[in-house]
Amino acid sequence: MFETLSYSALQHYWWFIISVLAAFLVFFLFVQGGQTLIYVIGKSSTEQTLIVNSLGRKWEFTFTTLVVFGGAFFASFPLFYSTSFGGAYWLWMSILFCFVIQAVSYEYRSKPNNFLGKKTFDAFLFINGALGTFLLGVAVATFFTGANFTVNLENIANQQQRIISQWASPWHGLEAVADWRNVLLGLAIFFLARTLALLYFMNNIDHAEIFQRSRKHLIYNSIPFVLFFVAFLVVILTIDGQRYDAANQLVFMEPNKFLKNFLELPFLSILLLLGVLLTLLGIGLAIFRNSTKGIWFSGSGVILVVFALFMILAFNGSCYYPSNIDFQSSLHLGNSSSSFFTLTVMSYVSTLVPFVAAYMFWAWKAINRKKISEKEINEESGHVY
Amino acid sequence: MNEAVDMSLVDWSRAQFALTAIYHWLFVPLTLGLSFIIAFMETIYVKTGSEEWKRMTKFWMTLFGINFAIGVATGIILEFQFGTNWSNYSWFVGDIFGAPLAIEGIMAFFLESTFIAVMFFGWNKVSKEFHLLSTWLVAFGSNISALWILVANAWMQYPAGMHFNPDTARNEMINFWEVLFSPVAINKFLHTVSSGFVLASVFVLGISAWFILHKRDVPLFKKSMLVASVFGLVTSIFIIITGDLSAKLIARHQPMKFAAMEGLYEGQHGAHLKVFGIITSEKYDTSLFNLPKIKYKIEIPKALSWLAFNNPDSYIPGIKDLIVGDSARNILPLQEKIRRGSFAQEKLAALQQARANKDTIAYMKLKQEFMDPSFQQNYFAYFGYAFIKEPHQVIPHIPLTFYSFHIMVGLGFFFVILFIFSLWFLFSETIEKKRKFLRLALLSIPLPYIASEAGWIVAEVGRQPWTIQDYLPTFASISKIDSGSVQTTFFLFAVLFTILLIAEIKIMIKQIKTGPKEH
Ligand code: HDD
Ligand code: HEM
Ligand code: HEM
Repeated sequence: MFETLSYSALQHYWWFIISVLAAFLVFFLFVQGGQTLIYVIGKSSTEQTLIVNSLGRKWEFTFTTLVVFGGAFFASFPLFYSTSFGGAYWLWMSILFCFVIQAVSYEYRSKPNNFLGKKTFDAFLFINGALGTFLLGVAVATFFTGANFTVNLENIANQQQRIISQWASPWHGLEAVADWRNVLLGLAIFFLARTLALLYFMNNIDHAEIFQRSRKHLIYNSIPFVLFFVAFLVVILTIDGQRYDAANQLVFMEPNKFLKNFLELPFLSILLLLGVLLTLLGIGLAIFRNSTKGIWFSGSGVILVVFALFMILAFNGSCYYPSNIDFQSSLHLGNSSSSFFTLTVMSYVSTLVPFVAAYMFWAWKAINRKKISEKEINEESGHVY
Repeated sequence: MNEAVDMSLVDWSRAQFALTAIYHWLFVPLTLGLSFIIAFMETIYVKTGSEEWKRMTKFWMTLFGINFAIGVATGIILEFQFGTNWSNYSWFVGDIFGAPLAIEGIMAFFLESTFIAVMFFGWNKVSKEFHLLSTWLVAFGSNISALWILVANAWMQYPAGMHFNPDTARNEMINFWEVLFSPVAINKFLHTVSSGFVLASVFVLGISAWFILHKRDVPLFKKSMLVASVFGLVTSIFIIITGDLSAKLIARHQPMKFAAMEGLYEGQHGAHLKVFGIITSEKYDTSLFNLPKIKYKIEIPKALSWLAFNNPDSYIPGIKDLIVGDSARNILPLQEKIRRGSFAQEKLAALQQARANKDTIAYMKLKQEFMDPSFQQNYFAYFGYAFIKEPHQVIPHIPLTFYSFHIMVGLGFFFVILFIFSLWFLFSETIEKKRKFLRLALLSIPLPYIASEAGWIVAEVGRQPWTIQDYLPTFASISKIDSGSVQTTFFLFAVLFTILLIAEIKIMIKQIKTGPKEH
């Protein structure tokens, strides 16, 4: 069935998958956000245990989604994988460090004789939550604002200069943090993760004080989130973008490229608007109506928003990873993907995704049938972390 | 501008890959094997309803969780490292290599991480049967993840199912099934997962021995020991069979690795198998290849030829033959391979030039020549040799390869014997009295770790200098970063992983000493 699609259609299909994974990844960052709030929301050690266990049942979702996101990008757009990871070395390495220290922390923090002490593992969780979300936001922002690299495929047959992708900044990715536009998205993601986490606590933990405290902190976190996010949105709707012209195979600057994309792909504009509304609705319901369902509204809203933003990055002939020093090096769907054959094979594999989503949902429900409560935590073997 | 390759960048990148892979592999095999052992135990519990089996299942599951977390932590680096440190490689072969990694994520990691949550938190929340199913799914999930990563690795050792596309300057997959079902991939998968099974069996055997030595929960740990011994005996026999098949495949596809594993310098009919040998600092001869002399050899006549080709008189080329060449046996000299590889690279450069100049006629002609099967087979197949300058570059590190191989094989036979004895003592009901054996079993825990890391060293060091056999050497695979950066991340990983390893071991020992909970 996929063989009948054109090469370009497959490339677009794979960008669609990447966008879906990115959307879920950002949603799952509520785990990271929650990790920065353990001591803010949990005042007693029981409360902290409740929070950590509630997050601890979900952390692998974020982690695995990140891993799959990386793998899927490698398989479908390897030129991005090699150019960005190999070039923005320090940016990506920093993100990875933030995730390595997370993976052991839940399991080890409260085990006896854990060598580093609970405080250290909790600090690891905090670093993962704060720096990890911020840097991921910065890294994604460079998809819009561009980076300083060149790509030259001829180099593979060049004895003097074998490396295909070159990075022009000696900071190898960290220079992205010096661009205020990227910082806007970094901060937006950081506060978003915390906002989602608070909504999640209100939904998942059966504890009156945690509920009220989460509600209060929701105000402090959702306001900066909305401000930073709107500022970033204004930035990308006003900046110029790069367009790939298939006819003469060249990349051109185009004024207000992303704004144009939204206008020319109204379907995505609708998704974006709907997503924004749902996100705000979830927050509003939680703050004004004491609702526990906020996470479902805001969560699905965030998924729609991120999905729409990722889609306009690459669709409509845009360069999804623009080079600021050499336009012709910029990456777009046409010049960075795997072969027709590989994309076809991978498309068959992608049909497993709904199945995976279904069993994840099923298992999630099976464990979440009851809210996590103090009674359960105090029972023998009721809590793990 | 001549940017000679910065060798220290290559070496640091290699060191970092080796470090992180070795760390990852400290945890992965236990996951692979213990997940099955736990699933067996829980199955017995569900069938019999016996609380004792449930306690046992839970005890081993706790240890599993501690090990699993750090396995995951070390894995994420490996995946992204292909991009960060081997970016040229990632583009050159990403078409083929990326796919298994992505499939692994979609098929295996989600399965694992979803059902692991049920396994740990679901005891009182889901039905017994659903819980058991989750445990089995975790076991399958982790072993499927091994399948895909090993398919990727096998492809690097034995590239199959691909062709080179000169327009994009990269290798592209043309046959998925050839990649998946290449004999090297299948065998690598079987040998490697069974090494995980053996490792976990020795682990369970050793810890059970400790409890029996200390007279704690003896009936329970005798049962654990029984499960481990049966599983261990079957898989340790299987590992020898698949190991032998691995060696046979290497003899055919990677003769240089094979010669290094056995320290074979001169080709021989009826080659002897070295059971033992000490590599000295003396030189073997005055040739320029710097081969070290091997002394105190114990050899089995003709056994190597017999093992490799099922024929005691078959010919096996030595390292020198592989460099000097042997026209009678169709072995090309290294110089000729370099010439052919360079020819292929020059044609590629000319083709790219013609395309850049928009000289369609020249381009079409060159492309046709390039894609010609005989050109592919006789010239492009040596593409990577164009990067080679000196003979010593194509000889892997001999002491490392040789010793690692012999240590692995030696231990492989030892494990069979170990499990035979444990089964014998268990069935004759004398195990509690065999204190020496129990101590030996305990002390054996590190051995399968050593054997399996050694196996990886054979596989990975033995294929040097190739990242992709014959197509791409390590020094053309790297990313362009300063070696100082790689050095820094190397030490960051070294420190971080070591600290985490210490934490893991301390927690693990504490949990073992605490023993199974009452309920
Ligand atoms: C408990 C661990 C263990 C044990 C006892 C053995 N092996 Fe092994 N071996 C491995 C664990 C391992 C491994 C870690 O799984 C490797 C590393 C790479 C691979 O494919 O599997 C491996 C690789 C490996 C290779 C190299 C494969 C390659 O280069 O692709 C050969 C030739 C053998 N083994 C042969 C043997 C033989 C003849 C054994 C006989 C007793 C044996 N191994 C026991
Ligand atoms: C987990 C078990 C593994 C261990 C212990 C291991 C070990 C090593 C070692 C020791 C080296 C350094 C060789 C040298 O530079 O002399 C190396 C290199 C490398 N290995 Fe592995 N390896 C493992 C699995 C894999 C797998 C599964 C892959 C690919 C899918 C892989 C790909 C590579 C690459 C790309 C290099 C760097 C290039 C090179 O130096 O050859 N390794 N590995
Ligand atoms: C060099 C290549 C390798 C890469 C890129 C890699 C990648 C990864 C990643 C990203 C994870 C974390 C997955 C998660 O989110 O749960 C992981 C875990 C795992 N990997 Fe690897 N891995 C490599 C080598 C291997 C090998 C050689 C095997 C087995 C033969 C293996 C088997 C596993 C298993 C069973 C896990 C589950 C967690 C655990 O280790 O206990 N990996 N790997």
